[in-house]
Amino acid sequence: MATVFIPPLMQSLTDGQTTVEVAGSTVREIINNLEEIHPGTKERLVDKFRMKSNISVAVDGEVTPIGMLEKVGENTEVHFLPAIGGGVSAPREETPRSPRTGY
Amino acid sequence: MLASDGKYAVIGTRPIRPDGADKVTGRALYGADFYTAGLLHAKFLRSPHAHAVIKSIDTSRAEGLPGVHAVVTAKDLPDVADGQVDLGEGASNVRNLQRNILARDKALYKGHAIAAVAADSPHIAEQAVALIDVKYEVLPAVLTAPDAMADGAPILHDDLRTEEFGEQTDKVSNVAEHFQYQNGDVERGFADADVVVEREFNTATVHQGYIEPQVTSVLWNNDGRIQIWTSTQGSFTVRKEVAQVLDLQESRIKVTPMEIGGGFGGKIPSYLEPPLALLSKKSACPVKAVMTRKEVFEATGPTPGSYIKVKIGADREGRITAAQAHLAYEAGGFPGSPVSAGAKCIFAPYDIANLLVDGYDVVVNKPKTQAYRAPGATNAAFATEQIVDEIAEQLGMDPVEFRLGNAAKEGTRRADGPVFPRIGCEQVLEAIKSHPHYNAPLGGPNRGRGVAVGYWFNVGLQSSVTLSVNYDGIVSLVEGSTDIGGTRASIGMQAAEALGIPAEDVQATVVDTDSIGKTDVTGGSRTTYATGWAAYKAAEDVKNQMIERAAMVWEVAADSIEAVDGVYRSKADPELKMSFKELAGELDETGGPIVGRGTVDAGGVGAGGGSFSGNIVDVEVDPDTGKVQIRRVTAVQDAGKAIHPSYVEGQMQGGSVQGIGWALNEEYFMNDDGTMANSTLLDYRMPISLDLPMIDTVIVEIPSATHPYGVRGVGEANIVPPPAAVANALYRATGVRLERLPMNPVAIVEGMWSKAG
Repeated sequence: MATVFIPPLMQSLTDGQTTVEVAGSTVREIINNLEEIHPGTKERLVDKFRMKSNISVAVDGEVTPIGMLEKVGENTEVHFLPAIGGGVSAPREETPRSPRTGY
Repeated sequence: MLASDGKYAVIGTRPIRPDGADKVTGRALYGADFYTAGLLHAKFLRSPHAHAVIKSIDTSRAEGLPGVHAVVTAKDLPDVADGQVDLGEGASNVRNLQRNILARDKALYKGHAIAAVAADSPHIAEQAVALIDVKYEVLPAVLTAPDAMADGAPILHDDLRTEEFGEQTDKVSNVAEHFQYQNGDVERGFADADVVVEREFNTATVHQGYIEPQVTSVLWNNDGRIQIWTSTQGSFTVRKEVAQVLDLQESRIKVTPMEIGGGFGGKIPSYLEPPLALLSKKSACPVKAVMTRKEVFEATGPTPGSYIKVKIGADREGRITAAQAHLAYEAGGFPGSPVSAGAKCIFAPYDIANLLVDGYDVVVNKPKTQAYRAPGATNAAFATEQIVDEIAEQLGMDPVEFRLGNAAKEGTRRADGPVFPRIGCEQVLEAIKSHPHYNAPLGGPNRGRGVAVGYWFNVGLQSSVTLSVNYDGIVSLVEGSTDIGGTRASIGMQAAEALGIPAEDVQATVVDTDSIGKTDVTGGSRTTYATGWAAYKAAEDVKNQMIERAAMVWEVAADSIEAVDGVYRSKADPELKMSFKELAGELDETGGPIVGRGTVDAGGVGAGGGSFSGNIVDVEVDPDTGKVQIRRVTAVQDAGKAIHPSYVEGQMQGGSVQGIGWALNEEYFMNDDGTMANSTLLDYRMPISLDLPMIDTVIVEIPSATHPYGVRGVGEANIVPPPAAVANALYRATGVRLERLPMNPVAIVEGMWSKAG
């Protein structure tokens, strides 16, 4: 089980719990399973199939560039953090796809 | 993970910098040196207002001027999908990036580009710019985060609503985002404190101050391919930005990075490239633009001004029991300040069980802020390190001993939640404490000594390196990281170490985006770390191929051969051995060229654990004028492993100088209408060599747990502590706590007058 640290501004969705033990082998599975335990959390973190562009996820202390695709092991810490400009990187999976080029 | 026992033949030595001769003789080719047949020159029309609705733009008179080939405005930009573009050291919203490059409906700061003209000469382009007729509805400007957050403040974006960690609120506001970090119980922590200190701080907008302005040439070729020659920190970043802003296929764009005259984070975003590409397409000619210094100040991205409130409590034993911070950073005209990074770093040097941090990203009518060396962290440390100093004084403790008693270490939980891996915070503090400077006599009146520490992350990201073995034993290294701080040397030395050959036998070249695999930006203190790691992997690839060739020569099995210190030898027969150079001479007859490849995806923010830095600063204050003389500076930093110590020392000295300029003089001096009053290097006062003594350096080496040689990035953490160290020194000299940057003579004299009543 991974230990998911709930951001303070989302703790109203987890009855004030600051951490939740969640099963899953990827960040995507962790978020889906967290949603099962505490409905409403996924909507705060995910935009369709990706992490929201202003939120990043750190797995065992390091912000992952691949967002929901990142693998999660047993006894892993998962943190959701603000990812805003100037000193941090947006998740690589967030690169927009243009409707014109499909790129 | 260390590739050796820490004993190296090449790493840690100081070979002559490979780019030195070209640079000191003026032969190095910068963006301004670029020329090609038919080159046109571009100039920009920029908003004279800090906040205005653009009612209409009439370019007809400009287009009719003889010698003008093309004019572009925001109308020429395609509609693009909303989303983020990762610039490596900061992400930007593509739509906002586009609107920052050419204003669409509103001008959001003075200097915001409205239109661009391409003409036969810069003078004709300037004439044409003056003929463009723009009708504005001028709006009141708001210039600081507190003012922009106040009820009734002028609103920059009618559709901007505050986001509270993933939840969109209904309130139209200049606050783009609010987030919070919390550990433990901050109220209980303050209740346990015997001493509590709380202060409010304001810091001014400052610029990176790179000497070479933005300069770019672009050719939109007849075959649809675009070529760009530019001064940038990341050629692949430029390629991605241009592709997304213009809705093009990325690989149809080739970016050639020219030598770069400084960047410090400010040369990551694109300003000139997309408009020049459109001008080139319209005119069917290559187009070049060179920014003026005024444009650099007014239209590129400085680092934000900020408002920060910090409260820290400690018990009588000197243990910090609680800490709280409120950070509001100016993002400029579009969302995206480095407040998140500032909030992550503000208490990073300390192990604090109870803390609460609130961060606000606030739009104001100033240029969109961009990265500047440890973006966001210097502002934060200016606040925290003064409060820490004050608490130590109230407890009667030595300020370094107090910091050591609370220092972060491996396993300490950071403010934003994750725990630190192996770090060197305590060792940096110990080095400060044991340095002769720390206890040397001050030697005169009106003098003071201050210390401070700070932290900045490492960013990993992606890099690529190829190595080609020449038959004379020299190795050609090809990489895509723009060399700002000597990375051709530090990357080449890592390859040389792995191959067991002299540093001079590896020749490093920075190439264009068609000639090397994806390589992220030179920023985030990542290049020596990540591209050096790619070089190490490429060298391992070369070594394995060289072993195969030795096996062919000796007609033995490859697994019977080992490579040790650059000698390839049989494990069984001591007579069978060849140096790297000798074996390279056999390549022609054993299958031909050997090319080694190394690529890394070295992780995101936090890779390697980051770097701690500290300063000891002595000042002398003229009590009549407030003039400050910096008498002595010592910089200490954890480099993990210093690949080329001279370059590491240069980074430490450079960061200290920039931090001291930020501390004492530098600021965007803004008029109420949002115009910058000091947009020249005469009036925007950066330190010069006459202002500062030689800066002593101490390199601490606590290897990172991830890099093969233990490297940590050293480009940024060194700018974090200087303003706070200067402030603490000024307090010792004057008895005045200065809560505003810059601490110029006016602020110091007014502070002394206020103290004297």
